[in-house]
Amino acid sequence: MTDTEKPQLQPRRKGLTRRQKRGLSRGAQYVVFVAAVIAFAVSADWGRLKNQFAQADIAERMFPDVITLALKNTVLYTVTGFAVGLALGMLIALMRLSSVGPYRWLAGIYIEIFRGLPALLIFIFIGVAVPLAFPGTEIVGGTYGKVALALGLVAAAYMAETIRAGIQAVPKGQMEAARSLGFSPARAMVSIIIPQAFRIILPPLTNELVLLFKDSSLVLFLGVTLEERELSKYGRDLASQTANSTPILVAGLCYLLITVPLGFVVRRMEAKAQEAVK
Amino acid sequence: MSRPEIRVSGLHKSFGSNEVLRGIDLEIGQGEVVCVIGPSGSGKSTLLRCVNLLEEPTRGQVFVGGTELTDPDVDIDAARRRIGMVFQQFNLFPHLTVTENLTLPQRRVLRRSKAEAAKAAAENLRRVGLAEKADAYPSSLSGGQQQRVAIARALAMGPAVMLFDEPTSALDPELVGDVLAVMRMLADEGMTMMVVTHEMTFAREVADRVVFMDGGVIVEDGAPEQVIGAPRHERTRHFLSRLLDPAMADVEEETSDQVGGSE
Repeated sequence: MTDTEKPQLQPRRKGLTRRQKRGLSRGAQYVVFVAAVIAFAVSADWGRLKNQFAQADIAERMFPDVITLALKNTVLYTVTGFAVGLALGMLIALMRLSSVGPYRWLAGIYIEIFRGLPALLIFIFIGVAVPLAFPGTEIVGGTYGKVALALGLVAAAYMAETIRAGIQAVPKGQMEAARSLGFSPARAMVSIIIPQAFRIILPPLTNELVLLFKDSSLVLFLGVTLEERELSKYGRDLASQTANSTPILVAGLCYLLITVPLGFVVRRMEAKAQEAVK
Repeated sequence: MSRPEIRVSGLHKSFGSNEVLRGIDLEIGQGEVVCVIGPSGSGKSTLLRCVNLLEEPTRGQVFVGGTELTDPDVDIDAARRRIGMVFQQFNLFPHLTVTENLTLPQRRVLRRSKAEAAKAAAENLRRVGLAEKADAYPSSLSGGQQQRVAIARALAMGPAVMLFDEPTSALDPELVGDVLAVMRMLADEGMTMMVVTHEMTFAREVADRVVFMDGGVIVEDGAPEQVIGAPRHERTRHFLSRLLDPAMADVEEETSDQVGGSE
């Protein structure tokens, strides 16, 4: 390529080059960010914020109950809800894959309904509508049973879809190998397919656990005794007692204490699964 | 030929409107080793998969060891216990160790005790030369090792018949030999074997009979010297020439039904 040809091939554009524009745009973004931070720092009433959210003596008064009672109950609600959801979700996933039409439709309808409704509505349904509609019926386990049922009903819909996807992600050859060894379809499913499906869906299932952990705060609307309070209810009660927001902050930190490490574990598992594929 | 271990008669198989098998009749005697060869899409794998009913035949009958597998009331799981199957992609259970791959089917299907299953597993791993890999996971093995484990897994069930579906096609060339050696050992021990393969040397040296399939029918069936050495049909000759000397093949027009070329 000679020098005389060059300008013809690449006509000089007017104004800034692409690279210069990119630099300018990035500079502008930094300026906006720094300005926003300064504006917040200057305008915020730091004394008031500290007073409202970070009063050490109020935070101190919450211990050890916030852990031994509230966090314990949150974990308990989550784990029982997860267990119910997993059992029900497995059943629905298998129904969804059934060769019997009505089972498939029923499972499909369940999934559509419970994925489409707010979890809060399910809690109100279990807590208010069921006792009103069927007076005298008692859900086993009192509040704990109600929460496990409500959370389980919601979680099952999501988990069923996850489990179904996991089962379908196991290569077809696995079922063929099992069948050719003389496994019945049911036995092959239990011994060969489902264990592999669970390894595939461990990350999304753990994610579901995180979601349930947060959704357990809806217990707030069931009307619970002092002993049955979980983090959100406990934080709110204390906030109104002390007329201070510190308990909310502490309760929030307790949630993060569980959800952040769990999220980390999920990302680790996903990265590992990604590696295994390669 | 002693009494037929495998008998296929009037077998048809269609996938939708695509007729893959168009009337197959085949008998394989006890202890016989039969290699099925043919171009891809000729229906040879489908035929093999029909023998243990992994594919449901559209029409026709399949007998293995005197049991009619195509009988709708047959206990197919019991029938399959007599038939070992080895797949192109190995299909080992990746969540189990090598030993567990061998013991789990024995325990769940044959209801063998833990000790019995472990004994059969160890014995069969030794037969395929992989005793030292007993505690490894399949993903840590080479393709050839995985395929030998897959053979051992089938053998641990004590089958009377072994079906091989292109057992070396997914392997790197240098690993093919180990698998073929195990298969040759089985043949020498008198196992009844039906092998879909492209390994002509194996077919020539180990098989008692070679069956050439094309277009969903058996074109030629006879001793290896005859089918591979002196094929009677133009289609067989054409296929063999392309397989044995692929660099010399001519560019051809695609036809819906390939009936021989001109060489």
